[in-house]
Amino acid sequence: MSSEGLNNGAVKLSCRNIWKVYGDKAEQFFKDSQDQSNNPKARADSIRTAGHIVANADVSFDVHVGEIFVIMGLSGSGKSTIVRCLSRLVEPTSGEVLLDGENLLQKNDAELIDVRRHQMGMVFQSFGLMPHLNVIDNIAFPLKLQGIAEEQRYAQASRVIELVGLQGRESNFPKELSGGQQQRVGIARSLAVEPDVWLLDEPFSALDPLIRKQMQDEFLRIRSVLHKSIVFITHDFHEALRIADRMAIMRDGEVVQIGRPVDLILNPVDDYVRDFTTDVPWENVLSAADIVEQANGPTENKRRVSGDTPISELLTYLANHHDGLLVEDAHGTVLGMATARGVLTALASGCSNQISEN
Amino acid sequence: MSAKIGRGEIHWLVVIAITLICIALQDQWGWLSKYPQAWTVPFSDWLNIIINWMIKHLGWFFLGFSWLLEWPIKAVRWVLQSLPWGVTAFVFCVIAYVASGWRLALFTLCSLLYMVVIGYWDESMNTLSLVAISVPLAILTGFIFGVWGFHSNRAERVIMPMLDILQTVPVFAYLLPILLLFGFGTVVGLVASVLYSFPPMVRNTIVGLRSVPAEVIESGLMSGASKSQLFWQVRVPNAMRQLLLGVNQATMASLSMVIIASIIGGTEDIGWEVLSTIRKAQFGESLLAGMVIALMAMVIDRITYGLATRTDDYQNTAADTASNTTTRTLHRYRYWCIAAAGAVVFFVLAQIFDILQDWPRHLEWSPAKTMNDGLTYLVANFRGEIDSIKKFAFFFIMLPAKIGLQQAVSPFTWGFELTQTHRVAYVIAMIAIALLCMKRWNYKAAIATLLFAIFFYIGLTNMPWPAVILIYAVIAWKIGGPALGIGTLTGLAFIASSGNWPEAMLSIYLCGIAVIISFVLGTAIGIWASYNDTVSAFVRPINDTLQTMPLFVILIPFVMIFKIGDFTALLAIIAYAFVPAIRYAEHGLRHLPEDTLEAATMIGATKRQLLWQVKIPLAMPVMMLGLNQTIMYGIAMLVITALVGTKGLEQSVYIGLSDGNFGVGMVAGICMAIIAIIVDRCTQAWSRKRQAELGLNPI
Repeated sequence: MSSEGLNNGAVKLSCRNIWKVYGDKAEQFFKDSQDQSNNPKARADSIRTAGHIVANADVSFDVHVGEIFVIMGLSGSGKSTIVRCLSRLVEPTSGEVLLDGENLLQKNDAELIDVRRHQMGMVFQSFGLMPHLNVIDNIAFPLKLQGIAEEQRYAQASRVIELVGLQGRESNFPKELSGGQQQRVGIARSLAVEPDVWLLDEPFSALDPLIRKQMQDEFLRIRSVLHKSIVFITHDFHEALRIADRMAIMRDGEVVQIGRPVDLILNPVDDYVRDFTTDVPWENVLSAADIVEQANGPTENKRRVSGDTPISELLTYLANHHDGLLVEDAHGTVLGMATARGVLTALASGCSNQISEN
Repeated sequence: MSAKIGRGEIHWLVVIAITLICIALQDQWGWLSKYPQAWTVPFSDWLNIIINWMIKHLGWFFLGFSWLLEWPIKAVRWVLQSLPWGVTAFVFCVIAYVASGWRLALFTLCSLLYMVVIGYWDESMNTLSLVAISVPLAILTGFIFGVWGFHSNRAERVIMPMLDILQTVPVFAYLLPILLLFGFGTVVGLVASVLYSFPPMVRNTIVGLRSVPAEVIESGLMSGASKSQLFWQVRVPNAMRQLLLGVNQATMASLSMVIIASIIGGTEDIGWEVLSTIRKAQFGESLLAGMVIALMAMVIDRITYGLATRTDDYQNTAADTASNTTTRTLHRYRYWCIAAAGAVVFFVLAQIFDILQDWPRHLEWSPAKTMNDGLTYLVANFRGEIDSIKKFAFFFIMLPAKIGLQQAVSPFTWGFELTQTHRVAYVIAMIAIALLCMKRWNYKAAIATLLFAIFFYIGLTNMPWPAVILIYAVIAWKIGGPALGIGTLTGLAFIASSGNWPEAMLSIYLCGIAVIISFVLGTAIGIWASYNDTVSAFVRPINDTLQTMPLFVILIPFVMIFKIGDFTALLAIIAYAFVPAIRYAEHGLRHLPEDTLEAATMIGATKRQLLWQVKIPLAMPVMMLGLNQTIMYGIAMLVITALVGTKGLEQSVYIGLSDGNFGVGMVAGICMAIIAIIVDRCTQAWSRKRQAELGLNPI
């Protein structure tokens, strides 16, 4: 298994038909195994009419090795519940969570603790720091729980402190830090055990917009160094676009659509998803590869750009190269031509999309 | 008009009708006015049988336990007695400094010097040694029960009512069984103090453990904490502040109980000093000894509270970053080192300078005699004024409430006889006021007026008991639903059937007047303080002092001037019970939703309108909690006023103690607890209801 970059082949974490129902007799709805084939929506409705709360209804998705999978939804859409089902902070009512092919839900307490100690890290919206421990002790807390000696755990914690840029703050206590710094501690703590799976539950939602932007950059930087398999929860569509490799949109406990950000924007499955995409600046989302045309004419002597160049950047090049640019992928294979007309067409379809909305 | 009469009005009209019928018939049927002897259930005899059985068959166990507990007390006592006072004082000052800084250290030093100079050092240390043993026991017990209640809802449902009973049954009532079981001696005070002081620890433990944020727990779980790691390394440290507040409350409760327990003697402590000097009418001495208790309470309170809310906790200090481990360790334990080193130095010094070892007799200084002379002078010269104050309160407020206008008004008291004309005028006036209330506000105000008119005319102690039970039960039902109504009915029926009805009414009368006065007075001051920062700053330390003051110290000045009797009791209750009313009123008015006030101001409300039509209605739920606390404080003080010869349930409890009749004292004590719990539930239910209606956050 390659730990490098996107490897769409290997599935790290898989969420299969997860249901979470709150209520006195939540279990009863899932005793009947024949019922499974039913339409999940109808089933969720029938459970709701029975006076129970359906937080997650038949949620399924795969997270591949090294990818950032974003789950986006408004409050009450069940996104925080699903990430807690993945870590079993919340016990799913029905379904499977497969980590490297093993069902997490069948693990006993000791095994689960072991998984959390070595394979999973989680970051929380309001940080979840221990107020009585200073920065380094907070970060080394998971190591302490494993019974690792002080010297060794401080050494390990220092490495992560460096990674998140908190050097010199080791002996400060959480309340002496700003929100952004506190979340850096939270991030460092979740990484201290070097987990494979990294869960982030709205990690930047409690921060001011400017800090949030900084932290997103920081997050992308750390991610590029570490290559974790990441589940990232957010209610902010723009944040999702910035960082997602793939994303799922949730509503009323169900997954509405899964795909690359571009797929969601170009082919929203319904009006709910389209609503999110309307005020998206397309030139930032679309990249050169999304607008290539068949290359006709000579391809030599043309300026080459990478396929993941955002359109906004492409515009400058196009201004200087009237006859178009050659778009290539990571291995240098030519994908096609990017022309001013192509860009305009793509942007125009975005605009018409918005106009038709109004 | 008739169309608007709803079910609520009809219920009340029926209640009033029944009350009037009872009043009318009570001359014919004697059982209506006086609960018949023949119907009394001998609860107290049953209790005596139980306790006698326990003494006979389990006595060896308790005595053994008592013998065991005796040792640690003796040990601590010996240590505190034999240490030179200089050493003890120094250690305390260091603790005070750590807890809260120089000012508290200085205050502690002054307080300790006062104890030394006034000549009560040994007695103080005896009291302290009891507290020192009882507090850890109470904290441990409380923590264990708290953890149990936290883990199991079923356990909590059992524990909570037990705590209510332990905290509301007057302390005198359970001194006797402890005395009977554990035998005379210091252990009685210890056991009583543990029983009384562990409940707050239980409550704080449960609250603290519950209020740890969910995300902190989750982050602990995700860090891979096992069950016990999660508890000891995540929950407990996060709940530490609340736990320490529990320690503070438990310590204060323990101290006050140790003082009260000295009533049975056996220990040469400061509580006994106060009590015996009061009995000998040496008021100067008792006030000086009372001051010792008050200072001790304040010092202990400030220290434990300071430790609980220390601000420099979890703060980075320069030395923490020092790379050198020994420096770090030294720095971490610096106060221990200072305390230990200082103690040794003072110990050595005390061997050389005797004054640090034992304060010499001839240097003791006591203004007691001067104070006694001053008091005598005061009482002798202002006898007329004092008497007229007493008489006024007695004739115009206390007597009518107690025996009603129909008996209280006489040529001797009010200067005239109550004639038929007066009666008719009274009835018409009251009905008129009721109608006015109906028009101005709602039917509830009118009903309240009518009931008040009946009570005030007949007098609380002359009201037919079935009518009183009915009225209270209906009030409880209207406020808190059928369960509370039935609970009230059962509770009051128990009081009646145990034969304690007349005493219960006397208690309610005394405490009721005191509570009403305290609440009105306290709320007024609270409103003022909410507007005026100077007043607020002035009132706060007084409140703090009064609240930490052990109950019978408050009694002393009033006994000095007004001698024993109901009036002294009334004043003492007011002095203690008006503090929460101030606090809650001020808190409620100062913490209102800012935007609502701004909106009202922008609409053009005048200051007066803002207060009466916006602030007070919004703050009402909080003020009702203040009323709740006022009543609880009032009842706590009422228990102690048995010492100055009041005649209600509290006296029965006290008599039970002094006669060694466990059953009588305990039943009366339970009756008091019932009253307290009913009132507590009613006021809380009302406050919660209002709060939910207003959509405010509970405090």
